[in-house]
Amino acid sequence: MNDATIGEVILDMRGLRIEGRSDEIWHEIVHGIDVTLHRGEVLGLIGESGAGKSTIGLAAMGFARDGCRISGGSIMFDGVDLAKASDDGLRQLRGSRIAYVAQSAAAAFNPAHKLIDQYCEAPVQHGIMPRAEAESDAIDLYRRLQLPGPDTIGFRYPHQVSGGQLQRAMTAMAMACRPDLIVFDEPTTALDVTTQIEVLSAIREIVRQFNTAAIYITHDLAVVSQMADRIMVLRHGNLVEEGETRGMIEDPQKDYTRDLLAVRTFRKDTADSPGADMPLLRVEGVSAAYGKVPVLYDVSMDIHRKRTVAVVGESGSGKSTMARVITGLLPPSQGQVFYDGLPLPLDHRKRNKDEKRRLQMIYQMPDTAINPRQRVSAIIGRPLEFYLGLRGADRTARVRELLEMIELDPDEFIDRYPGELSGGQKQRVCIARALAAEPELIICDEVTSALDQLVAEEILKLLQRLQDELGLAYMFITHDLATVRAIADEIVVMLQGKIVEQGPKQQVLSPPHHEYTELLLSSVPEMDPDWLDNLLDDRQGENA
Amino acid sequence: MTMTMSKEAFGGNASPWVSRIAMAAIHFFILVLFLQNVTADTWSSIIGLLFAHLYSVVALTYWSRIERTPAGDTVVVALTLEFVLVAIIFWDRASAWPWSTMFGLALVQICAFAAVRYWKELRGAPASAWFGLIVILIYVMVAATAPIIAPFGETEIVGSEYDVWSNKHLLGTDNLGRDMFTRIIYGGRNTVGIAFATTVLAFVLGGLAGLLAAAMRGWVDQILGRSVDILMAIPSFIFALLILTIVGTSVPSLILVIGILDATRVFRLARAVSMNVVVLEFVEAASLRGEGLWWIIRSEILPNILPPLVAEFGLRFCFVFLFLSSLSFLGLGIQPPTADWGSMVRDNATLITYGDITPLLPAAAIALLTVGVNFVVDWFLHKASGLKD
Repeated sequence: MNDATIGEVILDMRGLRIEGRSDEIWHEIVHGIDVTLHRGEVLGLIGESGAGKSTIGLAAMGFARDGCRISGGSIMFDGVDLAKASDDGLRQLRGSRIAYVAQSAAAAFNPAHKLIDQYCEAPVQHGIMPRAEAESDAIDLYRRLQLPGPDTIGFRYPHQVSGGQLQRAMTAMAMACRPDLIVFDEPTTALDVTTQIEVLSAIREIVRQFNTAAIYITHDLAVVSQMADRIMVLRHGNLVEEGETRGMIEDPQKDYTRDLLAVRTFRKDTADSPGADMPLLRVEGVSAAYGKVPVLYDVSMDIHRKRTVAVVGESGSGKSTMARVITGLLPPSQGQVFYDGLPLPLDHRKRNKDEKRRLQMIYQMPDTAINPRQRVSAIIGRPLEFYLGLRGADRTARVRELLEMIELDPDEFIDRYPGELSGGQKQRVCIARALAAEPELIICDEVTSALDQLVAEEILKLLQRLQDELGLAYMFITHDLATVRAIADEIVVMLQGKIVEQGPKQQVLSPPHHEYTELLLSSVPEMDPDWLDNLLDDRQGENA
Repeated sequence: MTMTMSKEAFGGNASPWVSRIAMAAIHFFILVLFLQNVTADTWSSIIGLLFAHLYSVVALTYWSRIERTPAGDTVVVALTLEFVLVAIIFWDRASAWPWSTMFGLALVQICAFAAVRYWKELRGAPASAWFGLIVILIYVMVAATAPIIAPFGETEIVGSEYDVWSNKHLLGTDNLGRDMFTRIIYGGRNTVGIAFATTVLAFVLGGLAGLLAAAMRGWVDQILGRSVDILMAIPSFIFALLILTIVGTSVPSLILVIGILDATRVFRLARAVSMNVVVLEFVEAASLRGEGLWWIIRSEILPNILPPLVAEFGLRFCFVFLFLSSLSFLGLGIQPPTADWGSMVRDNATLITYGDITPLLPAAAIALLTVGVNFVVDWFLHKASGLKD
């Protein structure tokens, strides 16, 4: 940010090579990367999954994951070569001088201990300060990170605070020993856009205050441009491009970087206004509850043929519950769902085969949405057999057709297991499975949020093409407004189980907005290094 | 020309002549085997013939379907021919016990098929797993062909009591003057056979109930779960003793009682691991598709819980084995004069006082099999869990 604070070199990795083991053979996954980091500098590592960015981040701590090893190069941290350091030496450094913030704070905290106990562990263990001092220090850091109720929040268990708060608590924990270097591994990827802002600004603030060097790993170029002074673009374990943040954003040198920058520019053609015909699906006055906890309050919406309705909101807003009501997994306590003008049985077990066939669903996590013990041919073939009665050669022929439709080579993929597919390929198989039923409406529940941006964009393009070709209607559940901009015809904005705004895309996205829509829209990171500053200034101004 | 032809034949893909001829020869061999007995026991020979046909058809079909390598083909053909050759050399015994011969042959072929089919995994197996596999293979072969390889009859009294080890009686004789070596061979057949049947029963009952409970939940889960709780609340050994005293200690009642008792353990495991799978989205997707309960259990859940179940099968098999042996030791297991490793230890326990290790041999046989099975289970678990060292 400002050159005055950037001091001597704290981390210097030279010709770093890392190998990973699969099928009993070592393969090189990082091919000789040089990373130099100065005190107080934030370095962004960016790339799609498999680029080796997390592996490099961990190597900065002298650590290699199970099944990986550092096979070459040096990792000089403040004069010590971590690649050659003993386990004991590394243990001295880790936690006290180098710290790590993981992607999923919920998984990284021990659920059996209070936050502050986990905070105090490192400083007490390393003999930096006694327990009482560590506790008061924790409260101070919680305050600096703008956690609500800093005096008491540490005495809660991890499951008693929200995801964004947990991520900040984890940042505080990493700061506990005032390390020289922190590695942030996708700290905001699992968070909503609105929460992401809070965490980003908190992290940036604290890193500046303590003049800590940081490595910030993410696949989101917009996020990294807010955080980093310098960016390294990685791909397949190689460096693609390195440069100052502003320079890279404004004038990328390599095609791949341009691709990353151009992501989210995909827009579907402007759709016509909704037809006056009967909606394909009508949700009328639906209220639903999990047990006694109400989740949806009197929600109504229409989905017309060949159109995409995006349902937007942060987690807990009831958008996935809406999908469960429509699919019949959660019968509503009130209201009715009409399909093609006819009421649909509320419990999915009471629906007939044809009603089920016409309404398909694609899930967020392709890993758990397809059976890992079935081959692609069985996954896609089953709906064909079940709904359409296709068998033998007919079935195989249709599976091949569907694979071509989703742009996977049938010869190569038809006999594979899900474990042999990448995330994007798995999601394509999920799409093919839904298509196999020849549906009219597909509910897409956060289908792109578990994927890299470039892959996600490919999936969106595929879905759009299929809509044009097959005349499908989509209900697109997402918290990502970029996705909404790309693919929606109509938008439904949800907050705490209610619809706060709904209408055609142009209408909802152009001012005047409902204030919640405004908050969501303004929280989407932009490829502008000053975006976060400006946004925070704006919000500060409003509050003042 | 002939050279290339036979080479191709072993190559398998283009011309499976050699394997066809080998199979036909074996078929013929089994026919002769049973025809030998037609005059002695017509019915078993006729049933045997039917089985022989059926078996040959199944073996040939499978043979033509699996992915084969030239080396694999050679192994299968060579092993099979070798077995036939041995059987022909000992033709008297082989023809006297055609069933044993046929089962032995089937086992050899199944093992060879399996080895060829899974060679890639087997090659990477650690030494301990190989040791376990070989131990199990030997036990199973011995059990299948017991009458053929045993020098004497199972209950035949052939010498004086507690005879020492000699050329005639390899491991001496027992308390009634029966050949110890023969008894150990037959004991393997009885004990291992019953333990296997019991474990299979326990898994069919417990596994199915566990899957049902996990897939249906609600009151089905409650009823099954509470019934199992009641059964488990009673110490299983005492319970088995009680029931066996009431119904008597026939082989079917042994299998049923121990099978049901062990099914409770399998139920809990199957239910617990299925629960983790039931909540995954592909199960939800299947039920949204409108799939029936049976499909969901068989195609969606079962394949995903198979690794822990197979591992449990190995362990459970050992437990049942030990359970049976301890029942026999108490006199409530397999009844004399049937040979059984547990009761053999008890019957000859006196010898230990004289520093003779013979009575420990059946115990060692139990221990060796237990260790072997566990090695294989460990390997399987390691592979299934995807752990890399």
